Amino acid sequence: MISFFTSHFATLRLEFWALLVGGVANGLIYAMVAIGYTMVYGVLRLINFAHSEIFMSGGFGGLFVLRALVGNSTPSGMSSFVLVIVGIVSGALVGAILAALLERVAYRPLRRRNAPKLAYLISAIGASYFLFNMAGKEFGRYNLAVPQIFNDHPVFTIYGAPVQLYAIIVLIAGLIMLVVLDRIVATTRLGRSIRAVAQDAETASLMGVNIDRTIATTFILGGALGGAAGFLFGLGSGVVFTMGFTPALKAFTAAVLGGIGNLRGAVIGGLLLGLVESFSVAFVNGAYIDVVAFVILVLVLLVRPTGILGERLGRAA
Amino acid sequence: MLQVKDAVVRYGAITALHGISFEVQQGEIVTLLGANGAGKTTTLRMLSGLHAPSGGQILFEGQDVTLTKAHQFSALGISHVPEGRRIFPQMTVEENLEMGAFVRSGGFGDDIEKMYSIFPILKDRRKQMGANLSGGEQQMLAIARALMARPRLLLLDEPSMGLAPMIVETIFKIIGDIRAEGTTVFLVEQNAAQALRLADRGYVMENGRIVFTDTAKNLLHDERVRAVYLGESVEGS
Ligand SMILES: Nc1ncnc2c1ncn2[C@@H]1O[C@H](COP(=O)(O)OP(=O)(O)OP(=O)(O)O)[C@@H](O)[C@H]1O
Ligand SMILES: [Mg+2]
Repeated sequence: MISFFTSHFATLRLEFWALLVGGVANGLIYAMVAIGYTMVYGVLRLINFAHSEIFMSGGFGGLFVLRALVGNSTPSGMSSFVLVIVGIVSGALVGAILAALLERVAYRPLRRRNAPKLAYLISAIGASYFLFNMAGKEFGRYNLAVPQIFNDHPVFTIYGAPVQLYAIIVLIAGLIMLVVLDRIVATTRLGRSIRAVAQDAETASLMGVNIDRTIATTFILGGALGGAAGFLFGLGSGVVFTMGFTPALKAFTAAVLGGIGNLRGAVIGGLLLGLVESFSVAFVNGAYIDVVAFVILVLVLLVRPTGILGERLGRAA
Repeated sequence: MLQVKDAVVRYGAITALHGISFEVQQGEIVTLLGANGAGKTTTLRMLSGLHAPSGGQILFEGQDVTLTKAHQFSALGISHVPEGRRIFPQMTVEENLEMGAFVRSGGFGDDIEKMYSIFPILKDRRKQMGANLSGGEQQMLAIARALMARPRLLLLDEPSMGLAPMIVETIFKIIGDIRAEGTTVFLVEQNAAQALRLADRGYVMENGRIVFTDTAKNLLHDERVRAVYLGESVEGS
């Protein structure tokens, strides 16, 4: 028993920094996706279960744009840098467009008819099935690698643990996008209208806020982050029509963990989940890693049903 | 300024307003009285586009606004102080005031200062969350927020509801001041005595119909009004 623990803690100490970096990088991807869930929940009080396909669409968007640009060349240096940005922007754009379409086709008609919540759920699941099967049919049912746009290598080490260029890209891109979104919601006129609609949509409309437009913009912002996250994920793990399922379910978990409707809660939930998953490989068999997220969800909700930061709807800042 | 002709509002199969007609002249304070469920809130919601009428016509400053959307009214010059105040609970007092000026372009810092001079308590509370205000403070904030849009017509839904008499007194005095500064006021109230003392004219509503109208002074002495809304029996008065 003693030896079991000492040996595991020895591994843990050695791998601590590697697991930390990996956990934060994954956590940022979860956070970017979780934000889409939490923002839509904020303005509509419903979970957009088609968000997983927005994630997937961002993966394919980046993949196809990069394929067209890279061809047979092997980019390096400045062109690698530009291509990474092009990939992220493509993923974000495709995600945003798909999110806007989803809002128009799957949600707005129901809103017009004052449909019950269950109708939205079914509509979202239907849209999700349609989209990923469509992607499977059109783009093939096997994992596609994103063209190699940079030479992944350890850039530096922390206490002996190498940090890969891929992790650095995810960390920087994720942080920038999360901070920008946070500032948009906290300080701009658009952000104020999103918060107002989340707190009291009818009263917001009395102040002159166009509810339809605000809801559409909320989908677009969440879609852009989700699509960009899909690209970053695909860059590391490849792109396939089912790629959205597990990460999005975990991101949803992260959003609930942080307190659904709460922007910063989604970020904290995402990071926490990424870290716990990462460190859990030191304790449990890697095959169980997907279970960890949901065990944590159940445990947290038993203690704090409103999540870590609590449901602070509309108080995005 | 405002003309409503034969307006009908339905909630599904229920008809809440059975073809009501009334008007408000520029510079007036007009009050709409009625018991619980008479249709007063429905009337205001119709006037600010929250519930479109299924019949009739609404003209504001000569313009047909019958089917205008809720979010367009603020820019047209109509502000609505909703029933129950509806302060944004997780915005500060100041952010709530800024929301009131949402459709205005350019600076509105002077307007915020002006609201603080009309409602000094709001200045003390400026950094507090809307949810943490007392009922009276919330009502003042709701009125101030509506004024931030610089409306020409102010719609007020039961501003005295649930407030202590002294605070009601203050709020009614401020409504008088608002009119004195040139804003026309349409005031829904159950507190008939106080509303009629402040108003120029009044309409009395029952079960979704306007049953009579007169000057406020006459209504204050009208036996039907006294019996039903001022809690006096006809014989006893
Ligand atoms: N959303 C709704 N759905 C169905 N019926 C409604 C709805 N809102 C109001 N009503 C009905 O319409 C009628 C008028 O209601 P309204 O709220 O306008 O009355 P009110 O005069 O403002 O009453 P109160 O003094 O209680 O505020 C009532 O019979 C009410 O039950
Ligand atoms: Mg009412």
